[in-house]
Amino acid sequence: MTTSIPPIQGTVTVGVPVEHAFKVFTDSFHTWWPPQYHIGQADMAKAILEPRQGGRWYEQGVDGSECDWGRVLAWEPPHRLVVTWQVNGQWQYDPDAEHASEIEVRFTPDGPEQTTVELEHRLLERLVDGQALRDGIDSGGGWNAILELFAKAAANRY
Amino acid sequence: MDAYGDPGLGLLGDATRRQIFELLARRPSSVGELAQQLPISRPAVSQHLRLLKDGGLVISQAEGTRRVYRLNPDGVTALRAYLDRIWVEALTAFQKAAEAAPIDQNKDQNKEQ
Repeated sequence: MTTSIPPIQGTVTVGVPVEHAFKVFTDSFHTWWPPQYHIGQADMAKAILEPRQGGRWYEQGVDGSECDWGRVLAWEPPHRLVVTWQVNGQWQYDPDAEHASEIEVRFTPDGPEQTTVELEHRLLERLVDGQALRDGIDSGGGWNAILELFAKAAANRY
Repeated sequence: MDAYGDPGLGLLGDATRRQIFELLARRPSSVGELAQQLPISRPAVSQHLRLLKDGGLVISQAEGTRRVYRLNPDGVTALRAYLDRIWVEALTAFQKAAEAAPIDQNKDQNKEQ
């Protein structure tokens, strides 16, 4: 029923020890996450990633309101973190776990002072399914048409 | 993050186009409505919309006398492209933050916070 969407992958190398990289990524999430990417009506005051399996991942608005983004699925400091991303294309939180995409982040030491951080955002099709379901969108051509559109777009380079 | 092979990254790499994309993510709009919220002319908005449409990120529909633009509801292209863009920015920001933050030698003390 569902055709998978290629996961988004990213890698960055940082000149710090693995423990520090993990700590900044999680404890200090709010210090680096681009503040314009938030879903609440109010401006974002802080984005918080609770440091434990099952923890919440959410934003706090300047007015004190909170909006969930997802949950912590795996908390394995300092090497691995898996969280769900339940924010759909309409920039809204979708509480249904079946519509949750996943982000896995791996921290691999290249040496005492260097760490490679690999990120994969996967199961994106779940977000789309959820969005389509709720909005009652009938795409008409089904998944093949959608993927063709995607392939066509991917072939265009600007 | 297929840096240069991804159409979305190219399309949404332009700050104004990304802004238009974000406005449409919040609410379908006409060219005029978008132009009111942006420091650029209507023809310039139209030009950006055409590129977004060609890239499959946006669709348009006639509603009475006006043409309304919205994100492609199929979601695949638009959503993936947008998330891709977010992660490029976020990881770059993370790298800077990680290298700028003082390294804390005492991890136990930190956990208590």
